[in-house]
Amino acid sequence: MRGYLPDFDVCVPASLGEALALMAQAPGTLTPLAGGTDLMVVYNAGRLKATRFLDLSSFEELRGIREEAGALTFGALTTFTELRECRAVHQHFPNLVKSARATGALAIQNRGTLGGNIANASPAADTPPSLLAYGAEVELRSVRGSRRVAYDRFHLGYKAMDLAPDELVAAIHVPLPTGRGFHYFRKVGTRQAQAISKTCLAAYARIEDGCVAELRIGVGSVAPAPIRARHAEAVLLGQPLASLPMAAAREALLADISPIDDIRATARYRSVVTRNVLGHMLRELATL
Amino acid sequence: MADRIDLTLKVNGADHRVSVPPFARLLDVLREDLRLTGTKEGCGEGECGACTVLLNGRVVNSCLVPAVQAQGALVVTVEGLAEGENLSSLQAAFLTHNGAQCGFCTPGMLLSATDLINRCPHPSDDQIRDGLSGNLCRCTGYAKILDSVHAAAAEGRAAR
Repeated sequence: MRGYLPDFDVCVPASLGEALALMAQAPGTLTPLAGGTDLMVVYNAGRLKATRFLDLSSFEELRGIREEAGALTFGALTTFTELRECRAVHQHFPNLVKSARATGALAIQNRGTLGGNIANASPAADTPPSLLAYGAEVELRSVRGSRRVAYDRFHLGYKAMDLAPDELVAAIHVPLPTGRGFHYFRKVGTRQAQAISKTCLAAYARIEDGCVAELRIGVGSVAPAPIRARHAEAVLLGQPLASLPMAAAREALLADISPIDDIRATARYRSVVTRNVLGHMLRELATL
Repeated sequence: MADRIDLTLKVNGADHRVSVPPFARLLDVLREDLRLTGTKEGCGEGECGACTVLLNGRVVNSCLVPAVQAQGALVVTVEGLAEGENLSSLQAAFLTHNGAQCGFCTPGMLLSATDLINRCPHPSDDQIRDGLSGNLCRCTGYAKILDSVHAAAAEGRAAR
């Protein structure tokens, strides 16, 4: 059963400033609404607890992809389709293109937003592992001003975020990689389209003198929130591509992840397959 | 209880004024207020594509779109594909090549295929599969649907 429609209200502010003022007046009572591709699913299932929404979809200042100060800045309302179609994203952040392609199908990609994918805080979302791999920062706005949080410190637990009740995710800043880079993204789902991940891994490495000079690995669906695989990263950092400690990295990954059994996969499946995906990633890295 | 809101929706080329609950879904406004029942509800969670319509020329799941967000946007439903008695090339191809079985997924398939051919006039099998990957056919008539889209594309005219 869907929610009872007359119980729900949507506020359509004229400007972002007005939206932030409304959020500040009664923090936590208004739920931001962007593309609706997660929120409306919960509504249709009759499980939506929130009843008052703040429509952000018309704010131009939350749109667009811009290159500035050695980074690409994505407005929070950037859609998955815009990620797929942007030349600069293809050039610098191929994992983000793959993440966008792997999310739902076209109808979802046309509506769903990067900011929504972050703020909905699903552990199974497909852009967060790529954002973690690329060292993204999240820009949060409120009437009190704006602040930036490193994305790998933004998720604090299941659906818990470093996000005050009066704050909005306004933009995502992703530093442009320099030097010789390696990009890897792999999602495992039941089919290529429309599947929610059983596990998902994205990695970015910078190679210098044949060694791993910089490495970030983001994983999804294997912890209460999207996380960095820091133990696995630590084992690999500084190592020569010619002799990557693959077995040790796979073992270290166990200390990073805490998968559970759910309708999509068992904890054991996730643990084995995520390690296999890491192995696949390292074999590709070794032959770079 | 929230007051109703007045919206103007541009559907299939005509303006329609409706008074609806603030959180009404585009799907319900199309079906119940405008009586455009060609658009179907299947899963209600954006998985099946039966409710697919074009919003400003892009496919969306109308079950996931609050109607308030469609204010001022151009909406095309399956009723808007034919011009009078003249079916679009895709509709005609679905008829000729038996692209519809029970018909429930057909309106969504037609809209997704229309969007695909507009973006990509001569799609390969893989491009059609990608373009229609958000539309499920429980009759599993996918081979005939692929044939229909190829036939319409070969005719060289985008539907709309």
